Amino acid sequence: MANPLRGEVVKLYKNLLYVGREYPKGATYFRERLKCAFMKNKDVTDPEKISTLVKRGNFVIKELEALYFLRKYRTMKQRYYGDEPVKK
Amino acid sequence: MSGRVLVGVKRVIDYAVKIRVKPDHSGVVTEGVKHSMNPFCEIAVEEAVKMKEKKLIKEVVVVSCGPQQVQETIRTALAMGADRGIHVEVPAKEYESLGPLQVSKILAALAKKEEAQLVILGKQAIDGDCNQTGQMTAALLDWPQGTFASEVTLEGDKVKVVREIDGGLETIKINTPAVLTADLRLNTPRYATLPNIMKAKKKKIANVKPADLGVDLTSRLEVLRVDEPPQRQAGVKVETVDDLVGKLREAGRI
Repeated sequence: MANPLRGEVVKLYKNLLYVGREYPKGATYFRERLKCAFMKNKDVTDPEKISTLVKRGNFVIKELEALYFLRKYRTMKQRYYGDEPVKK
Repeated sequence: MSGRVLVGVKRVIDYAVKIRVKPDHSGVVTEGVKHSMNPFCEIAVEEAVKMKEKKLIKEVVVVSCGPQQVQETIRTALAMGADRGIHVEVPAKEYESLGPLQVSKILAALAKKEEAQLVILGKQAIDGDCNQTGQMTAALLDWPQGTFASEVTLEGDKVKVVREIDGGLETIKINTPAVLTADLRLNTPRYATLPNIMKAKKKKIANVKPADLGVDLTSRLEVLRVDEPPQRQAGVKVETVDDLVGKLREAGRI
């Protein structure tokens, strides 16, 4: 019996996998953790709980995007605006 | 007023990759190295997309010059929200000698052809660090330029640009059509997510040859030698102040 939320979970997994390609510690490291995190909740069947978990996944995507942006911004700042005081 | 913005993007070696010089000192190793869009170009794309979202302009067109692979970069820009792309096809061999002057000639020709209202570029690419393309494009078109933009406001047929200059900011108001170059603090570029990349595959990328634009790509520059920056010397620990003073005297610092 396929859960109606299955599609959403698969989509989330794919999106996370895509975002994880740029992970500073490497895509492999990220993939392993990602799989673990999903496997940990494989027995969850309550639709409400699944929705909460999917929401959390989407939040993680947002966090990762912010992390990448900051990392890039900081590197650029260090490289090209080195002598200015670091703005928080 | 065409309401069209032309954005130039460049595919460069990813900022996080350690650059290696080729053993024959003719350039840097690019094969098998991760490439991505130049961070300053991302900022330029974001600014154009933001203008479109505010309905200040009608269309965002991204341009990139280079071999087949630059289509990836164009695709990323389309995923960020640009409407269509133009790929100016330059074979890998010629691409090596493609400098800011040649690119600005291409951009100027395209800006005229597309009747662009604005041309937005990154202020510089992190590979060549030339910081010339925007300025030269403006010169070739004889358009006003707003370089190192940290804030851009469209006001009818004028554009107000806050520029980052040494030790402060400068606000200028210029007529459109104009050329703008994006500085680091202009905005925070959005991430090209997987769903958006997929959607961007439906958007069109036109293929153009430099010859169609009547642009001559011969370069007058010759790269003599590419070297890595000198290695930093290791420091030494000293036991006493006298040792320190002695060492400094030895090095001729005091």
